Amino acid sequence: MAEISTLLKGTPRKARYIQSHRGYLRRKSVNGMMLTLTGLLTLLALVPLFWIIGYVVMKGGQYINLDLFTQLPRPAGIAGGGVLHAIEGTLLLTLVAAIIAIPIGLLAAFYAAYHPATALGTALRFSTDVLSGVPSIVVGIFVYALVVKPSGHYSLLAGGIAMALIMLPTTIRTTEEMIKLVPSNLREGALALGAPEWKTALQVTLPAALSGILTGFLLSLARATGETAPLLFTALGNDRFDLVKMIKGGLGAGQSIFAVLGNILQQPVDSLPLTLYKYSQDPNIDRINQSWAVAFVLMMLVLTINVIARVWVESRAAKLRR
Amino acid sequence: MQKAAARQPRKFPIVARIENLTKHGDRVWVGLNIAMSLIVVISMLLIGYLLWRDSSGTRQAFGLSFLSPFVESSWNPVDNKFSAWPFIYGTLITSLVAILIAVPLSVGIAIFLSELCPQWLRTPLNLLVELLSAIPSVVYGLWGIFVFLPAVITPLGQFLGNTLGTVPVLGSLFAGPISLSGSSRLAAGVILAIMILPTISAVTRDVLLAIPSSQREASLALGATRWETISRVLLPYGISGILGAVILGLGRALGETMAVTMVIGNSIGASASLLKPGYTMSSVIANEFAEAVSPMHSQALIEVALILFLMTLILNIIARLLVWRVARKSSPGARA
Repeated sequence: MAEISTLLKGTPRKARYIQSHRGYLRRKSVNGMMLTLTGLLTLLALVPLFWIIGYVVMKGGQYINLDLFTQLPRPAGIAGGGVLHAIEGTLLLTLVAAIIAIPIGLLAAFYAAYHPATALGTALRFSTDVLSGVPSIVVGIFVYALVVKPSGHYSLLAGGIAMALIMLPTTIRTTEEMIKLVPSNLREGALALGAPEWKTALQVTLPAALSGILTGFLLSLARATGETAPLLFTALGNDRFDLVKMIKGGLGAGQSIFAVLGNILQQPVDSLPLTLYKYSQDPNIDRINQSWAVAFVLMMLVLTINVIARVWVESRAAKLRR
Repeated sequence: MQKAAARQPRKFPIVARIENLTKHGDRVWVGLNIAMSLIVVISMLLIGYLLWRDSSGTRQAFGLSFLSPFVESSWNPVDNKFSAWPFIYGTLITSLVAILIAVPLSVGIAIFLSELCPQWLRTPLNLLVELLSAIPSVVYGLWGIFVFLPAVITPLGQFLGNTLGTVPVLGSLFAGPISLSGSSRLAAGVILAIMILPTISAVTRDVLLAIPSSQREASLALGATRWETISRVLLPYGISGILGAVILGLGRALGETMAVTMVIGNSIGASASLLKPGYTMSSVIANEFAEAVSPMHSQALIEVALILFLMTLILNIIARLLVWRVARKSSPGARA
């Protein structure tokens, strides 16, 4: 038992105490106490989770109704109305962000996975790390300087670009990991059969890694959907945004579908988190109540995407381990 | 996996057409890969460049005094006098509170998840802790204003003000009384702690799991208890990785915007107390940028964003280096 005294960095006297029965009992009780404490800490961390989810579901659930999903907001002071504009805005913003982030993320990830040692590969990995740490409000300011200021107005496009920048780092990193996990003999087999590099990538590697890539993509999408800060100075918010009217009006006036889409991209839009933020600051009690309903919808949306993605990746990982 | 290999490669019509159009498909493919990678690298560089360019006015007008705690701090858009120190102080103090609360908690959680938790409980618990990071920051803010602040922060603030407020040196940090709504730097710090907890505990858990099991076995074989093994073998072994996790969490805390803006009270008070409302760098940008009254005002806000960007950039580099060192140290024979 002499070794334990060196392990515990004690003096010989301390070592004797440690070897005595009292010392043993004390060490054992400290052990039990600390191990219990870690369990309790884990429970403590879950308290806010259940508190938030429970409260939002209870309070927000009361104010959920069909109007919330089908009506535009009424003027302040008039009860009722909904947040259709924000739902449309969130969907459009997510769509634009995905259209920008998916091709960039996918192709950059292929480069990162197959050319890790080149100068560009190193720069890419570094940039991805930096981008993932950039505060979302700074992304908002950046897109303001890049898009809003030169074009002269807030727009759906600017908001979509900001959200895409939020999504990119996670998308690239998870896609790269998944591509690397595909057994190299699959790729080599395809190349040996004479398939060109790009065909191997798109028809062999990509299908094999697809579920993992989708998971990473869904997680980053969920994160971007809940973001408010990058939209404050890019999409701005627009409580008169009416998608149906714009499409009908545009087509009715004889504009081509591209002109209508271009027009929509130029409009400022609202999103669920933006609306939630604004309504929560409103002195009007109807607005505050509606903000709980919006929180309910937003949280359910984000948590559902998260749970689906994570459970999916867990089951895939279990399958691969077998 | 086998399925993908056995499947006859399907030929989408569009693929066939591109194939005909480009006899040298690989060049196009690699070119596209490089182009997209360049977009990512360039956008990172552009963030720094645009923030630098668009804050030139205030950088020339105020120089380093913009950051200094010692000049008379003022933020006066009407007179075009700006000094960012109150916001830097707010960001630093709230992040410090968050770290002080979150680190012991997350290390405890990570120990439980990696060393003690029974296998069947591990996956659901991991999922739940990670869900905590999935809740949107505005929802944290809303819950904070209407539920958490009145229920927890106001009583806690009153207690701290009564007990620690009279202590000579610490007293200035806990000078009360806290407002009835609870909006204060303390509130922002506690909410931040909840928000960064999943980040720190997930990375710490991975660091602990990456420690070779020979370390554990040797310590247990010498007669150490499990707690002694954890506290005297595993934690020192993974310390640089854990430090990296803490710095990653700190980076998140520095940049977090919405939840902080909603609970911190948004005022540049003269008091440095935790129990008083304050302002952080991110919350001043969120509040004032869209309504900046003069070009100088918006430039000052952009300079605040630049400082924030540089702070998180440096923190990220340090964190990556630390985590990377652990990964390198323990890669041979790492536990799955």
